[in-house]
Amino acid sequence: MSGMNTPAAPTQQPVDAPTKRGLFLGFLMVGLQGFGGVLPFARRMLVEQHRWLSEREFTEVLSLSQFLPGPNIVNVSVIVGNRYRGPLGSVAASLGLMLMPFVIVLIVAALYARFADLQAVRGATTGVSAAATGLIIATGLKMAQALKGIPWQIVLCALTFIAIALLRLPLLWVLAVLAPISIAIAWWTIPR
Amino acid sequence: MITSVLTELAWQFSLLSFLAIGGVNALIPEIHRRVVEMEHWMTDADFAQAFAIAQAAPGPNMLIVSVIGWKVSGVLGALVATAAICVPSSVLTFGIAHIWDRFREAPLRVAIQHGLAPVTVGLVLASGYILARTADQTWAALAITGMTMALTLATRLHPLLLLVAGAALGVADFV
Repeated sequence: MSGMNTPAAPTQQPVDAPTKRGLFLGFLMVGLQGFGGVLPFARRMLVEQHRWLSEREFTEVLSLSQFLPGPNIVNVSVIVGNRYRGPLGSVAASLGLMLMPFVIVLIVAALYARFADLQAVRGATTGVSAAATGLIIATGLKMAQALKGIPWQIVLCALTFIAIALLRLPLLWVLAVLAPISIAIAWWTIPR
Repeated sequence: MITSVLTELAWQFSLLSFLAIGGVNALIPEIHRRVVEMEHWMTDADFAQAFAIAQAAPGPNMLIVSVIGWKVSGVLGALVATAAICVPSSVLTFGIAHIWDRFREAPLRVAIQHGLAPVTVGLVLASGYILARTADQTWAALAITGMTMALTLATRLHPLLLLVAGAALGVADFV
């Protein structure tokens, strides 16, 4: 089970298949660079820099990662790590990805706790939260454009928003009801 | 006492790991519901701070989970919460990656992808709404959110630049 039947299975092996150490270091750099979204940096590292994946393979790995639950980029590292070095490769790649961001975020949190009394620090945090909120709303709106105005998809999107944001219903119930309905409609309406 | 908090962190976030369809951005309303409204581990203001701190570090946007774990129970709490949000979904991914390719052209796979898309978008927009409610306590903060949103949609400015601009406005006492 070396992962040859995963979506990442390449049509031809790259010149230099990465070692576990290579996977760890490659994803370590991605974790360090990824400000405001890791995905562009992951694509650059995997496709352009190391050529561990072709453009098409990257898109396939990403779409699978987005479909599955969990942090997308962690899922990408699990799939790519497994593709080249099996289970331990997955561990090496995902640990490499998470290590530095985890350490850095705790340092920032500790510094914040230490200096939270300073007006400038509190102001900066408020400003960053406000801006980051704008980034998320913009991301949601860009994703909404990809729905291309298909009426039933817009209705499902609105129902999800109302249930979660306005009614504050538990996510598990909302997914248990809306996801099967949405998949069923997709099943009947997609031309096959 | 400490172990019961750690167990609770592990339990709450490993459940969330399986629900994180569309990534952690889509999970924010549910994390807020559990952590602020149900468990009372932190206030609205703490939650907004945790979100800001997570944005100030590089790496995956799931780091808000690490910061929440840290606030609740220190470094050990951060480790437990981070592992809990990552490991269950990673194991699932590991298992499914092996069989998924066989169903590349399967109509059911296409239906699942098309069906989950609008739900995911609704979740991300709900995250934006919840964050705006917790983070934007003043008209000035709301204005920064609005400007950042407009600039992200209309230009190709790097997200980090917009976060730095938000921080600068905050330091200048604009908020």
